[in-house]
Amino acid sequence: MSMYVNCSIAEAKNLSEFKGVFILGEQRDGKIQAVTFELLTWGRGIADDLGCELACVLLGDEIENLDEVILRGADKVFFIQDPIFKNFLTQPYSNAITRLVNEEKPEVIIAGATTTGRTVMPLVAAKTNTGLTADCTELTIDPDTKLLLQTRPAIGGNIMATIKTPDTRPQMATVRPRSAKQSPVDTSRTGQIIVKNYAGATTMTVEKFLEFIIDTTQAVSIEEADVIIAGGKGMKNAAGFKLVEELADLMGAAVGATRDAVELGWSTYPHQIGLSGKTVSPKLIIAMGIAGKIQFLAGMQTSDVIVAINKDPEAQIFKVADFGIVGDVFEVVPMLIETVKKMKAKA
Amino acid sequence: MKIIVLVKQVPGTDSVKLDPVTGVMVRTGKDTIINPLDENALAEAIRIKNTYPDVKITAVSMGPISAMKAIKEAIAMGADDGVLVSGREFAGSDTIATAKVIAAAIKKTGDFDMILCGERATDGETGQTAAMIAHYLGVPAQTYVSALEVLEDGVIVKRTVESGFERVQVTFPVLVSVNKDISDTGFPTLDGKLKAKKVDVPMLGNAELGFDKSELGLTGSPTRVVKIFSPKLSRDTIMVKANATMQPIDELLSFLVQKDVL
Repeated sequence: MSMYVNCSIAEAKNLSEFKGVFILGEQRDGKIQAVTFELLTWGRGIADDLGCELACVLLGDEIENLDEVILRGADKVFFIQDPIFKNFLTQPYSNAITRLVNEEKPEVIIAGATTTGRTVMPLVAAKTNTGLTADCTELTIDPDTKLLLQTRPAIGGNIMATIKTPDTRPQMATVRPRSAKQSPVDTSRTGQIIVKNYAGATTMTVEKFLEFIIDTTQAVSIEEADVIIAGGKGMKNAAGFKLVEELADLMGAAVGATRDAVELGWSTYPHQIGLSGKTVSPKLIIAMGIAGKIQFLAGMQTSDVIVAINKDPEAQIFKVADFGIVGDVFEVVPMLIETVKKMKAKA
Repeated sequence: MKIIVLVKQVPGTDSVKLDPVTGVMVRTGKDTIINPLDENALAEAIRIKNTYPDVKITAVSMGPISAMKAIKEAIAMGADDGVLVSGREFAGSDTIATAKVIAAAIKKTGDFDMILCGERATDGETGQTAAMIAHYLGVPAQTYVSALEVLEDGVIVKRTVESGFERVQVTFPVLVSVNKDISDTGFPTLDGKLKAKKVDVPMLGNAELGFDKSELGLTGSPTRVVKIFSPKLSRDTIMVKANATMQPIDELLSFLVQKDVL
């Protein structure tokens, strides 16, 4: 076990040495993940406000289409290449990113609030002795101080907190997937790809990646879905919950579930939305047979458009809904399914 | 084998308040529970103990004196003993400052094989303290773990990630943060309750941990809350009542088309 070293954050860091914005891209099987392109939107905006360069950091063995990251907004790509980076392992990933950060001294680092981002960023923050704000939904540059203002929902989304990291660098934040659109391709853009080889102590680990198991019920994962169809206790039973899955399948949407629906065994935990499950903010969520407990609302109330179908006109879900249908899900949803089928047949 | 379970005391209801000046969460100590995912972590530790009898479980909590209740609850459910990390100097700490203190307290309790905790708490919801603690202890962190297999010299974890699961093998000592799938939560036992009453839970303050004051609380926290505000959540809801006709469905679909989400 390594020795714990006390070092104070008051230790003077020469803040002006830190320049540029990093985003931490993600790949799986060598394919750049969509969250990377969302981060480019965030990063480009911040880099432009600061008048500095935007670099995308990617770790992997082989990665396809690295150029795309430049066409979508990065000035530079740091590709940290090694077979160990094929899959995410906490030690080599955090060591390599920390090493790059110490070499390049970026002012700001943004990662997705994904399982990878939310694991590696705390490690990098601790290793570089700086602050980190989790799960932001808004990032702006203060026009006067040029500090990164990091806004995140707190206490189950009932309050928003804006946080800054005034005295240490880099300023680090994870942002919620889908909180920005993907940055568009601009074929006129140019940039530089810099390959880093950190083989040696940096890539050593006591961790061994065994395998990735695809969850076929998450063909569309709820964190990344544009549309989520979610069901709750009002779907009555597993057979009733099938209506949720049927509509989702029809619309190419992800299936979401309340805690109750998961505990009753109608769906599984990876589909659970809410305080003890996942936080989602899709373009559209249709909540069916969901009363809208605060714990559930906390996990979805930042969605762009919320539709609720429930027979109780007083159900709390209607308070956050843009469009509510008061009615029996077993009458309304089959009608909705039929209509969507007809629309698809026409299209 | 020694397992440390981190238990955070969180408000039992949604009645948490933020200090309007500092933006720090105010916990009154009334109506508190163990963070639900920490209970899952504790249940997993107890499951392991039931399989391997030489396992010792120590519950560690950082918080106000009232967090003693969380440790006693953990003992009542099956932990062997506990340590409370508490002190006024620690109040207002962000995740970095908190992680340093908890890591130092864990060091004080001696060697361990595994630390188990929930992947996040229901109050702060940052989910980043666990990995930071692992860093300050110099051990690897495995996060979002939904299943765990104990080996001779380490564990195989199953991590729930986007669109699937990852299996990773890692040697002891290790920190593992868990999600709800890891284990069903348990209940206090009569023996456990008696033990919780009797057992003396030591308290560690800064006198024992010896941090410079500048490393603790708000001064030791790299992040600062600038402002807090209520999100605009009230939406102009269009409400329609279902009837035997297709009209409500048609209205919904034209609304979605108009919003450009279909």
